[in-house]
Amino acid sequence: MNIFIWIGIILVLIIAYVVIYNGLVSARMHTKESWAQIDVQLKRRNDLIPNLIETVKGYGKYEQGTLEKVIGLRNQLMEIPASDQQATMEVSNQLTSALKSVFALSEAYPDLKANQQYAKLMEELTNTENKIAYSRQLFNSTTANYNAKIQMFPTSVVAKMGHFEPSVFLEVPSEEKVAPKVSFSDQGL
Amino acid sequence: MLYDQINQNKRKTVMLFIGFFMFLAIVGAALGYFMWRSVSMGLLITLIVGIVYVGYVYSQSTDIVMQMNHAQELQGPDDAPELWHIVEDMSLVAQVPMPRVFIINDPSPNAFATGNNPNNAAVAATTGILQRLSRDELEGVMAHEMTHVRNYDIRIQTLAVALTSVIALLANLGTNFMFWGGSRRDSDNNSGSNIVGILVSLLVLILAPVMGTIVQLAISRNREYLADAGAVELTRNPQGLISALQKISQSEPMQEDNVAPSSAGLYISNPLSREKMSDLFATHPPMDQRIAALEKL
Repeated sequence: MNIFIWIGIILVLIIAYVVIYNGLVSARMHTKESWAQIDVQLKRRNDLIPNLIETVKGYGKYEQGTLEKVIGLRNQLMEIPASDQQATMEVSNQLTSALKSVFALSEAYPDLKANQQYAKLMEELTNTENKIAYSRQLFNSTTANYNAKIQMFPTSVVAKMGHFEPSVFLEVPSEEKVAPKVSFSDQGL
Repeated sequence: MLYDQINQNKRKTVMLFIGFFMFLAIVGAALGYFMWRSVSMGLLITLIVGIVYVGYVYSQSTDIVMQMNHAQELQGPDDAPELWHIVEDMSLVAQVPMPRVFIINDPSPNAFATGNNPNNAAVAATTGILQRLSRDELEGVMAHEMTHVRNYDIRIQTLAVALTSVIALLANLGTNFMFWGGSRRDSDNNSGSNIVGILVSLLVLILAPVMGTIVQLAISRNREYLADAGAVELTRNPQGLISALQKISQSEPMQEDNVAPSSAGLYISNPLSREKMSDLFATHPPMDQRIAALEKL
């Protein structure tokens, strides 16, 4: 009789371990998925930038320096290894503000603003910028969820045994904290 | 807190269903007594009509509601890029699947969400809202709608709309029957108790649609504050929703042809009337109270 109780206890422990382990794997998967979301948008933006440069170039003596800065940051972003999330986000944030100054400059060129191609690009770029921001928000909330799981008992025991490392939050640049997406508000269409 | 909210909503859905079902039984009994002097006959017919009708409306709710409000479905992002992209963003951050997106051709700014669950949800926006609101404001509005989707508010609303319309249908049947001159079958048979029975039945039939509507409106009213707060949780930008609500409240109501009154409770702001109604019949809490609550966030 006694042996059945022991078998029962061991069985319950094994099932609990498997359930908790799988929960941790799926939580970690969610953080990876939400990072992939950011990555997709960064790539999309990188693909859009040459078109933007081409469209803007033709308009007057458009500040060469601003365009070169955008191109430079874009190339830099492509060289950073995919695993280095912090560096990727840092350069990406610089690119975001460089693009903002391109958009701001275009205000001075009514012809450019009226250009159909440019309006479409603006919407596409605004869309990717917003998606980057929201994916980052999603990444941080999935990270918070995963990290909390790793630290809480009894999941923490399984996490230690399975070597689950905590995920690192993406920092929000301080200027964006003050005024989120301010320079896009009226340029959407 | 959000998950509590979702569970609470799922429980409320069951309670609502049971409550409405009992109410439906009373209406059915009244109808049966009024038309055939037979409570059980009324209950049987109500049961059949109720299950068929509610089942139909519930399963087809999105298309029915969209048709009632003359909404056109967007086929892809090119039809209205800004709206489409914003809905995409909000479903991303709310972690629900991308809903179907509809547009209503009406100059008044407004929007709503509907569906049975987050997997087959739909959102609709008027052309007025696209023209008058900035991107941040529209984002706030769509975040509000996606919160309704995520919280399962849309399921409660859909069920409430379906149940209210079946009660209205049955009550209509009963009151119309009166004018055809029904119930003369046993006029000479203990008419004293019959008159009381008929009067009570008639009263139930007349009051039923009103009661149903009051319940439905109360449900929608309570959801609005939560959806406003949830929207800010998604966008992290209370100002967008605040100025959107201000713009919406200061504009003229929607054209009556475009709005089915039974779906008025779905909209972010009452589409039919801007004046203050008595609290019992209001579909939404007063706009200044909503804005004040948002400013505290």
